[in-house]
Amino acid sequence: MGRKLLLDKAHIENIRLYDVYRREGGYRSVEKALKTMTPDAVTDEVKKSGLRGRGGAGFPTGMKWGFLAKPAGVPRYLVVNADESEPGTFKDRYLMEFIPHLLIEGMITSSYALGSNRSYIYIRGEYAWIVDILDQAIQEAKNNGWLGKNILGSGFDCEIYIQRGAGAYICGEETALLESLEGKRGNPRIKPPFPAVRGLWDCPTVVNNVETIAAVVPIINDGGEEYAKIGIGKSTGTKLISACGNIKKQGVYEIEMNISVEEFIYSDEYCGGIGNDRKLKACIPGGSSVPILPANLLLKTSKGENRMMTYESLADGGFASGSMMGSGGFIVLDDTQCVVRHTYTLARFYRHESCGQCSPCREGTGWMEKILLNIENGKGKMTDIDLLWDIQRKIEGNTICPLGDAAAWPVAAAIRHFRDEFEWHITNPDDAQRRNFGLANYAEPLKVVV
Amino acid sequence: MADELKKEAPANFKVTIDNITVEVTPGTTILNAARQIGGDVTPPAMCYYSKLQGSGGKCRTCLVEVAAGSIADPRPMPKLVASCRTNVMDGMVVKNITSDRVQEARAGVVELLLINHPLDCPICDQAGECHLQDLGYEHGKAGTRYEFKRRTFEKEDIGPYIQLHMTRCILCYRCTYVADQLTNQRVHGILDRGDHAEISTYISKAIDNDFSGNMIDVCPVGALTDKTFRFKNRVWFTKPVDAHRDCDKCCGKVTLWERGDEVLRVTARKDEWGEVQSYEGKPGWICNTCRFDKKHVTDWVIEGPATINRHSVISQGKYTGLQIPKETISEVMGGRDPKLLMDIHSISDVNSVEIASLPGPATSNTYEKKEQ
Repeated sequence: MGRKLLLDKAHIENIRLYDVYRREGGYRSVEKALKTMTPDAVTDEVKKSGLRGRGGAGFPTGMKWGFLAKPAGVPRYLVVNADESEPGTFKDRYLMEFIPHLLIEGMITSSYALGSNRSYIYIRGEYAWIVDILDQAIQEAKNNGWLGKNILGSGFDCEIYIQRGAGAYICGEETALLESLEGKRGNPRIKPPFPAVRGLWDCPTVVNNVETIAAVVPIINDGGEEYAKIGIGKSTGTKLISACGNIKKQGVYEIEMNISVEEFIYSDEYCGGIGNDRKLKACIPGGSSVPILPANLLLKTSKGENRMMTYESLADGGFASGSMMGSGGFIVLDDTQCVVRHTYTLARFYRHESCGQCSPCREGTGWMEKILLNIENGKGKMTDIDLLWDIQRKIEGNTICPLGDAAAWPVAAAIRHFRDEFEWHITNPDDAQRRNFGLANYAEPLKVVV
Repeated sequence: MADELKKEAPANFKVTIDNITVEVTPGTTILNAARQIGGDVTPPAMCYYSKLQGSGGKCRTCLVEVAAGSIADPRPMPKLVASCRTNVMDGMVVKNITSDRVQEARAGVVELLLINHPLDCPICDQAGECHLQDLGYEHGKAGTRYEFKRRTFEKEDIGPYIQLHMTRCILCYRCTYVADQLTNQRVHGILDRGDHAEISTYISKAIDNDFSGNMIDVCPVGALTDKTFRFKNRVWFTKPVDAHRDCDKCCGKVTLWERGDEVLRVTARKDEWGEVQSYEGKPGWICNTCRFDKKHVTDWVIEGPATINRHSVISQGKYTGLQIPKETISEVMGGRDPKLLMDIHSISDVNSVEIASLPGPATSNTYEKKEQ
């Protein structure tokens, strides 16, 4: 049984309420930080823990906090990115819905470390009911003196505000989020300057994922070194994985980053194996924008080692034979699933969510979607596959924000690992179409590339 | 633009672009450093406009490769960077036309820009001075691989003088910056997102201010056109003439585009990058009165032929940069002057007949009769 740091109390009844949360040892980290530590000491503790950003990029949080410019007389801001819109990722929702006080507690401690007197939660617009839960939690924290002026007599003031988004995936990109928070159109900004220097209202800002901020609580409670003992190498601590797709037990799991992918999929403690006892075909290990991996490369790296659930191991082999940890949206496909249809669905999503600011992403995502729809419907040509490959290469790396990359990678990986399935769609247009309407004979699925 | 930058205080950052080293002031972008060099090494810019704050970074045509970041940190940058929004560092080495990666990426951007563009140049008023035409000519391919229906929009009138043809738009955002920065009424912006994003006003409100016409000047394509000039003439048939008048709203320095004595169009004066020229550090935007109402030669003090030094169709047959090729035939012929060859018209029958005096069209008989 793996150790749990974030969700260990999530099962307790009414943990959502302040009284229960406090009784279970909540807000200890705020007491410890504000009474016994300096802000820099809190940052050092986070650096020692080796905590890495849980939003997708995996950038070391302590280093990010260290980059924060601290000019005199200029306010600094902490913004929590709760705009969780990646298909397959729903870990933050679980965290905020069941233990909202953990996020509030982490925010107060982090705000103290960063010197932010006004902190924001930018939450996805569709999470309307979670806004109410968080509102209540903030109100309770305020009533009990954890927010407001002069918290615990330390002279530190902190207020937390919630801002709802209006349903745009792009607003999860940190600079687009800041634009949206300022009340503008959610277009990503051109970097540099980075938010650590000029962020919200041109002031230094740190934007962190919900899970990252929540992880600050156990780090301060138990010490950074204790936290760093969990996990392998530079992947320290625990990670929330939202597993979905063709597995027996879908849901949010907290794992120590030292288990193998095979254990995660097949052990009864976690996913419990593939649904209906079918064969594993492919998996997207980190949310829809990371490359898809076929079963053989998912369980073993190209060097023949067991693939572990860590940042390094999942990225082993680069994009040729690896993938990414991403945000932890674990999507499993069994052998009845069609990779072309799956890729088309993702392409459609990225086309819909592209902000339209820079041309490669605006035009390229739409083009890819149309070609994929053609192939899926059995109207494709062999040259379309190479064309798709060419388009994704023209998008990747040439855009302002990572959305262009996120749109290009799934298409690239699907062609790289499942090219024969694309070709099957083109050479067997009738079967492809029948399959589309659920009429195909699923008893003989496509051969999985081994 | 280039002249302005040179005047600025001591240049002390050395940057090498395509093996040409230039000294620029700190804070200059790579694009502006390349413009100081000029010529082929200057990356094309569809969305960047030096007179508009915050513009640039969107079209991705100005991508360049940074082979060495600076003297202090000579590592290359992993991704191609947008030269219009990246500041130079001392000792930076930039590759533009010498980099295959850049050329490939740029060709890709051009292809993507053109997939939803209607390519209706034959009926477009911008043809001849269109940045997208130039870009497509320089970096595009002859054919397209796009086989789907192109995105279209209805034409829309924004204000009494300007028509928006959204189908042609490449979403460079320049016009929204004009509305933001030249006037204090922000009346238009971008609606929707992705490839269905469009420039529009707030629920069919007209854009109604004295400087709205400058949107036409900044538009790199034919999306915003002057309704007083629509379908009047092709730009390469018109004669650009510099003129000025005393205007209480703007600088009053304009280019008149004439055909005969008729003023067909009035625009601000543009520099070699297709941007509005600056006077004493201020961009020479012009007001709507000058642009749309003063359409008579007597309204203006004519200064003389306008200099057109953009490398586009409109520069053809205009007054600057015209180089008459040196006559080399006598050198080739070893000093002999090939009289017969060159003076064929003086001995030809064609010129000996007064065609205007003939009752009907000239035929071969006309000349044969003359010979008899």
